[in-house]
Amino acid sequence: MTSLKAYIATRIVLTIPMILILLTLVFFVMRVLPGNPVIAIVGMKASPKYIAELEHQLGLDKPLWQQYLDYLGKLIQGDLGTSMIWGRRPVIAEIMDHFPATLELTICGFLVSIIIGIATGMIAGVKSGGKVDFSMRIYSIVAYSLFIPWFGMMLQLVFGVWLKILPVGGRIDPLLEPRHITGLYIIDSILTLNFDSLVNALEHLALPSLTLGIVLSGIYTRLVRSSLMEVFSQDFMRACRARGLKTSSILFRHGLKNALIPILTMMGLQFALLLAGAVLTETTFSWPGMGTFLMERIEYRDFTTVQGTIAFYALFVALVSLVVDLIYAYVDPRIRY
Amino acid sequence: MLKAIRSAGADGLMIIIGLIIVISVTFMAVFSEYIAPYDPITPVGRAVEPPSSKFIMGTDSIGRDVFSRVVFGSRTIMMVVLLSTAISMLIGIPLGMLSGYAGGLLDRALSLVMDSIYAFPGLILAIAIAAMLGPGVYNTAVSLAVVYIPTYFRMVRGQVLSLREQLFVEAARAIGARGSRIMFKYIFPNLVYIIAVVFSLNVADAILTEAGLSFLGLSVVSPTPDWGFDLKNGQRYFLSGIWWPVVFPGVMIILLALGFGFLGEGLNAIMGKEER
Repeated sequence: MTSLKAYIATRIVLTIPMILILLTLVFFVMRVLPGNPVIAIVGMKASPKYIAELEHQLGLDKPLWQQYLDYLGKLIQGDLGTSMIWGRRPVIAEIMDHFPATLELTICGFLVSIIIGIATGMIAGVKSGGKVDFSMRIYSIVAYSLFIPWFGMMLQLVFGVWLKILPVGGRIDPLLEPRHITGLYIIDSILTLNFDSLVNALEHLALPSLTLGIVLSGIYTRLVRSSLMEVFSQDFMRACRARGLKTSSILFRHGLKNALIPILTMMGLQFALLLAGAVLTETTFSWPGMGTFLMERIEYRDFTTVQGTIAFYALFVALVSLVVDLIYAYVDPRIRY
Repeated sequence: MLKAIRSAGADGLMIIIGLIIVISVTFMAVFSEYIAPYDPITPVGRAVEPPSSKFIMGTDSIGRDVFSRVVFGSRTIMMVVLLSTAISMLIGIPLGMLSGYAGGLLDRALSLVMDSIYAFPGLILAIAIAAMLGPGVYNTAVSLAVVYIPTYFRMVRGQVLSLREQLFVEAARAIGARGSRIMFKYIFPNLVYIIAVVFSLNVADAILTEAGLSFLGLSVVSPTPDWGFDLKNGQRYFLSGIWWPVVFPGVMIILLALGFGFLGEGLNAIMGKEER
């Protein structure tokens, strides 16, 4: 167990440079690139005096290195600044209003993609080389090429307008909103035993999750297929067959279980794809998550909120990749040594 | 090469289908003026006319011909994507070669930076850059380029790491060739094929990201014809049954991404077979 602890410690230390680089990148994009954020906020026509005032207010008149240190210093304290519009609320509070919606969507999208991906990947891996395998390969390319807004709108048309069985947008009927505990409506409605809300929330989740999940499932089809083929070629699989184990046991207990381990390592990167895909899914389905929020604030030129949200994405991605690596080390002891 | 495609069966078929799609769209982009029946930015009919013999893809919400916009839209997306890919390659490939060949601290630092950018959700990074730079073909190209530099960097670096240990490079070093000569004369030619594969797969991805950016309204401004942007403009009327301004540009985005995807996948499979 000590080796696992040592691994966790090293891995956490190694995350720090990654976080620093990502936050620096965000700073670079928001402050150093040509394009003055203040002019971006107020437009070209504003008076120079007003621009200077706003620059001072945002600390943009300080030297760049000092702005950079201020920015990092505040981030360490969890301060992402305050919004520039409406209630001037802390950015982190605004993000937390929208984060659960995105988390719920990405988790469900992830589940859809992994279920479809494992199923199609197994079909392809078991019958590798044949027509079935080839059609699964085509599936993985086609699924990934489905442009999310377009595919989402087609699902809206079929299930929302023609069949009229699923809602085409939003997260829940306003009247059925469960009491906020975690902010994840599925969990909140289960905790409060509010089953009407649960059903309603699931209905609203269905199309966005399917859209996101199907588009990203192609990646798992490919990963599961090649990983399964790799496992099948190993000696212990021949041993399993020689001992006369049932095909299903060979496939699931020995094959799939070992094939899924390398896929775990890829999940950190896949998660970035999920987050990016979620932005498009959310805007297509008016899903009130981080993506819709980010786009809304870009439109309102709420500079501090945009910067804070992007920095939050960076922190979140770094955290997820850390967690994925730790799970991987826990599942596969070879990593720790 | 041609022989390899012919003998590759299903993979060869993928390459051919991919090439047909890519060449057709490129043709459309180059000769838009001759293909499009109407001016893409002026209203030529009544609003939201369904597809007919006069307007084969119908008209959009202000009476512009959807087909003409689809044709000219190919020019916008191809320009942005090819320009951005050129920038990514021009930066990513030399940096990857340098990093892989030189090794040491430089390699570690560059890899860490590139891996970090690579881990960040591409579209969100592009959104941030595009929002700061403002709309336009060049700005969008730059936003996309930053996202894809690490893809080329990582692939080239990995290849160079294994190539520099090979005998022919060692021989070159033994006869006293300088580092720059080894890189360009001995290592670079061995990278060309894999760059072609990564290029195809990467362009497929960049097309979807460009379309995503313009769907979010961050790429071009009205009245520029652009598939993702037109899709966004059609969204408002889509669920009330006006499907044509959405379906056609969307199909084109998917088709073009598929074309490059097939091409890359086919080339990749053939390369894998040759290595075996």
